[in-house]
Amino acid sequence: MNLDFSPEENAFRQQVRAFIKDNYPPELRAAQDSGEPLTRELYLAWHKVLAKKGWVAPSWPKEFGGTDWTPTQKYIWSEESAAAETLPPLPFGVNMLAPVVYTFGTEEQKAKFLPGIYNGEVWWCQGYSEPGAGSDLASLKTKAERVTADDGKEYYIVNGQKTWTTLGQFADWGFFLVRTDPDAKPQAGISFLLIDMKSPGVSVRPIITLEGGHEVNDVFLDNVKVPVENRIFHENQGWTCAKALLAHERSGIAGVARSKRNLEKLRQIATTERSDAGGSLLSDAFFRRKVAELEIDLTALEFTELRTLAGESSGKGPGPESSILKIKGTEIQQRLQELALEAVGHYGAPFLRDLGHNAGVGPDYAEGLAGDMFNGRKTSIYGGSNEIQRNIIAKMVLGL
Amino acid sequence: MNFSFTEEQSMLRDTVASYLADHYSFDQRRAMLAQEPHWSPAIWKAFAEELGILGAPFSEELGGLGGGPVENMIVMQEMGRALVVEPYLGTVVIAGGFLKHSSHPNAETLIGQIIAGEAIFAFAYAEPQGRYNLADLKTTAAKDGTGYVLNGHKAVVIGGAYATHLIVTARTGGGQRDAEGISVFIVEKGAAGVSTRDYGTVDGFRASEVTFENVKLPADALVGPEGHALPLIEKVVDEAIAATCAEACGVLSKLHEGTLEYTRQRKQFGQPISAFQVLQHRMVDMFIQVEQAVSMTYMATIKLSDDDKARSQAAAAAKVQIGKACRFVGQSAVQLHGGMGVTDEMAVGHYFKRSTMIESAFGSTDHHLARYEFLSLGQAA
Repeated sequence: MNLDFSPEENAFRQQVRAFIKDNYPPELRAAQDSGEPLTRELYLAWHKVLAKKGWVAPSWPKEFGGTDWTPTQKYIWSEESAAAETLPPLPFGVNMLAPVVYTFGTEEQKAKFLPGIYNGEVWWCQGYSEPGAGSDLASLKTKAERVTADDGKEYYIVNGQKTWTTLGQFADWGFFLVRTDPDAKPQAGISFLLIDMKSPGVSVRPIITLEGGHEVNDVFLDNVKVPVENRIFHENQGWTCAKALLAHERSGIAGVARSKRNLEKLRQIATTERSDAGGSLLSDAFFRRKVAELEIDLTALEFTELRTLAGESSGKGPGPESSILKIKGTEIQQRLQELALEAVGHYGAPFLRDLGHNAGVGPDYAEGLAGDMFNGRKTSIYGGSNEIQRNIIAKMVLGL
Repeated sequence: MNFSFTEEQSMLRDTVASYLADHYSFDQRRAMLAQEPHWSPAIWKAFAEELGILGAPFSEELGGLGGGPVENMIVMQEMGRALVVEPYLGTVVIAGGFLKHSSHPNAETLIGQIIAGEAIFAFAYAEPQGRYNLADLKTTAAKDGTGYVLNGHKAVVIGGAYATHLIVTARTGGGQRDAEGISVFIVEKGAAGVSTRDYGTVDGFRASEVTFENVKLPADALVGPEGHALPLIEKVVDEAIAATCAEACGVLSKLHEGTLEYTRQRKQFGQPISAFQVLQHRMVDMFIQVEQAVSMTYMATIKLSDDDKARSQAAAAAKVQIGKACRFVGQSAVQLHGGMGVTDEMAVGHYFKRSTMIESAFGSTDHHLARYEFLSLGQAA
């Protein structure tokens, strides 16, 4: 048992750090610093650099473009990426769809879809949730009927509504769960379809979230014609793909490295801000206690993640401790956002969209903190709410 | 980076676990605690002779198993699972720690006696007025020729009743709370002027109020530097904290497992109460606390060899996490056992009593939060 990195691992860290420093797109850095909404090109700028380098998808199998890094190398990569505050490649294609394609897809499907995901040429979005199917995802109603068209080929005709589709406004393609057998038990009648978002009958409508951002969307499917060869895996067995997708990439979900970075920022803010007594906020008995407790919580999560990683290295696969990562990770992210907002006092209130960014109202670090906190409430809701996570742990880990 | 155990370490765990399963069941323990001398010299002898675990963290040259903090962690975790009262912590971890980290002339002999099960130690550091401040000492050791004369009162010395020797912190100089002027002594419990008032603790241990009245100590009673021993004390206490955290992991895992088992069996409203979501979520939260406690125990154990600041910060952080886990898991376990949880007959209550005492052992959650804050965030205003 030890925490030491080998000389090779330290050298790898230096290599990664230098690569990020020398190659991170300056225009993306500037946009991130300004807090302006990103354009499609900026979202993909770093992704494309990584694609050239071969580092887009460290966790994929080597044959499809994975890096073949050890779990420790992946850990170093995520630490360095967080420390440099890079914008990670969009998860929809790289982390969510691709594992389904390379696990369940045909050779043709792999050849057709994986390169676009890897290179960042095709923007993917997710069509899972529906207005009536949130935590109870398997109750989804979007219907796909199989027909033979005039051209003699088979299609699905898809009708329904999907919601919470993140960044769907930019998407070229989407992966959808649809019901292909209305008479089967809920999980048994679902298929996994890939749909071209430019198909006639697909429309995307923005949902504005409470901080004022446009991140998520409703997606309407009105008699959308989808070739049968766009189905991944067997008809009515899409739930298998969906479950595999949810189980994938557990490590990393905790966001430890990013939270460490944000904790550092919180400490900076609290060093600058004054307490009622005139000292630094960080010297205030009540505030420092909250920071200390959060720091300890984050350390516990970090070591739980390291244990998970160690389990993966030794080939045991993630143990029961990995199921904790989503719950604790999101609780800590939310707590960090709360404390940052709390720390800036009065200057948490200004909503500066009318004046433009860097309007000179209050300290720069205060801008957007309330928005981050409001937006961050989503983390304990998405990806299986934290209550659903507890159901999963109760059933799968504790056997209740 | 590596979190796995060696083959020897896994064997050590299995050996201790299977011995305790056979010889230290809940009923065996209860029967043993009910009668004089309220601990088991036979078990201690077996630890030394059959299992050899009293040498776990000592070098092979000294007759030990060649281990270190990780071995202590493994043993203490199993001790926690069986609620062992025998003084591994005071003897092997604490006295062993003082002897390993100082160049005492008799260190090799004493370690040999520890490994053989002959020398049994208790750590007499707390005082009635001192709360958790290791430097708050009224006990004095005045120079007397080449030796010392010891006077003072030590509070709630855990394992004092079973000990042959005491490790005593005392002032050889300085004021009551000064960091300087503190020394550590090994005192034979039978020495003239040492008196002990023994009693049971709420969690089944035996402890003592110990008073020293003009106890004459030879020069070689001193362990570590005269007058500058606080850093040594802090180091050994951090080792004791890591070991206590490991014990807590054992206690907490039993509380959690026992609760799962009980709720599966107990039926109300026509079904096992484990089927109710509100109880399931509570048990998941208990599980999270247990796993986080294990993670922090690993962390603190690995960092025992770091520099003073990193080591102290790690130990404080771990103790905070474990203190909170002890309260939440202990109280939740009792709650989910319903009325049965508050009976003496069920094991859960006994684990709860131990977890509650661990909360404040070597400093409460508040104490270690304040310590952590100072180390991580600097001085408060």
